[in-house]
Amino acid sequence: MEMGDERQIIAQRAAHEVKDGMIVNLGIGIPSLVPDYLDSSIRVFFQAENGILGMGPTPTIKPDGNLSNAAGLPVTILSGGSYFDSTIAFGMIRRGCIDVSILGALQVSERGDLANWIVPGKRVPGVGGAMELAYGAKNLIALMTHCEKDGRPKIVKKCTLPITAFNCVKKIVTEMAVFAIHDDAMVLEEIMPGFSLMDIKNHTEADFKVSPRLKETSPS
Amino acid sequence: MNLFNKVTDYETVKSVLFDGMTLLFGGFGGVGTPPGLVDCLIESGVKNIKLIGNDAGFPWIGIGKFICLERAQSLLASHIGSNPVAGDLMNQGKLKVEFSPQGILIERIRAGGVGLDGFLTQIGMGTNLAYEKPIVKIGDQEYLYEAPITGDVAIVFAKKADTFGNLIFDKTARNTNPYVAMASKITVVEAEEIVPMGTLNPEEIIVPGIYVTHIVQSKGYNWKWKWEMNDKS
Repeated sequence: MEMGDERQIIAQRAAHEVKDGMIVNLGIGIPSLVPDYLDSSIRVFFQAENGILGMGPTPTIKPDGNLSNAAGLPVTILSGGSYFDSTIAFGMIRRGCIDVSILGALQVSERGDLANWIVPGKRVPGVGGAMELAYGAKNLIALMTHCEKDGRPKIVKKCTLPITAFNCVKKIVTEMAVFAIHDDAMVLEEIMPGFSLMDIKNHTEADFKVSPRLKETSPS
Repeated sequence: MNLFNKVTDYETVKSVLFDGMTLLFGGFGGVGTPPGLVDCLIESGVKNIKLIGNDAGFPWIGIGKFICLERAQSLLASHIGSNPVAGDLMNQGKLKVEFSPQGILIERIRAGGVGLDGFLTQIGMGTNLAYEKPIVKIGDQEYLYEAPITGDVAIVFAKKADTFGNLIFDKTARNTNPYVAMASKITVVEAEEIVPMGTLNPEEIIVPGIYVTHIVQSKGYNWKWKWEMNDKS
């Protein structure tokens, strides 16, 4: 499987978590691909940390340098949308006004700890708004490839990378599986096409239960 | 009409900048960072600057242009991922970087701008970003104490300023600018348009001019956005 395919498969599955009428915040990386897979009947308001609620698609003509998403890419604003400053952007995040936050992840632990801001000595992106989103969003979904390039699992018993926030991830979507994280356990809910339960067990360090309603997801 | 004598030129602004100052800058990924004032900062030759703002911009965009010159001593920001030069300087020990959660950082600047003594939050507790911040226990709950931030000089980008310094902003270029404008001893605003007092609707003013000390005319963004560039690097 090509790397690009994995990302698209993850984004496509994550799009099923977005329901009509939700307020949604998407992180950079794989989460930014999610809107491509939303059914056209679903109406949501996308919020971004740089001060916009009701983000619309990429403009087809004349992008505006002063109208962008949190990644700095040009966007549009939908009818009913609003602009606000950074304190309000984060005020609505902390206050619990975001229905679902979909973030990229580097590691997630079996109790829902999230690591997604730094690989010491290597990548230094910085934390951005991830700590507040992890704290305030009603539902936090972490998207990542199931393993590192060298095969090491990213779903771990305990994160080895610096923590963004503890006990915050409610669901993990990878190209291999979907896990729900409950207070008492992590539960395998779905196996993605082309993989077996044994594949998941072999590539997951964390302990998990298997849902009695376990299903295989069809990709379309 | 320049009743309050705030409207000025870039040469005058250079004279208020100084070595070792704490500089707050508005903007988010360069959107809303004042391009003319960044150039003014570069041309002024000041060094050992303590920078505070949302992020490190890009190497050719926003505050990133200044960071690349190695004249900043430190940077307090929420992320630097879009400016690899900042990461290199950090790893080489040439730039001291402190990270803050993004919303906490702007709230600290707001606290400085509105005369509060800081605030408590659970965000960042137990993580590396708690640094040496004091921990306050109330009942059974522990909180981090986040101190207010103030600066010597702030640089701000506005859509319109009247000659008193009342400000309005443009779309997502507002971001951190309103609070950056309120938290420093000297606040320099680069406005896309400078208008006479009385022409802005008082209901729509975002920052009252009381905080603003200097106003200069903008010539607009003088960099290419990443999405305008042909190579996909």
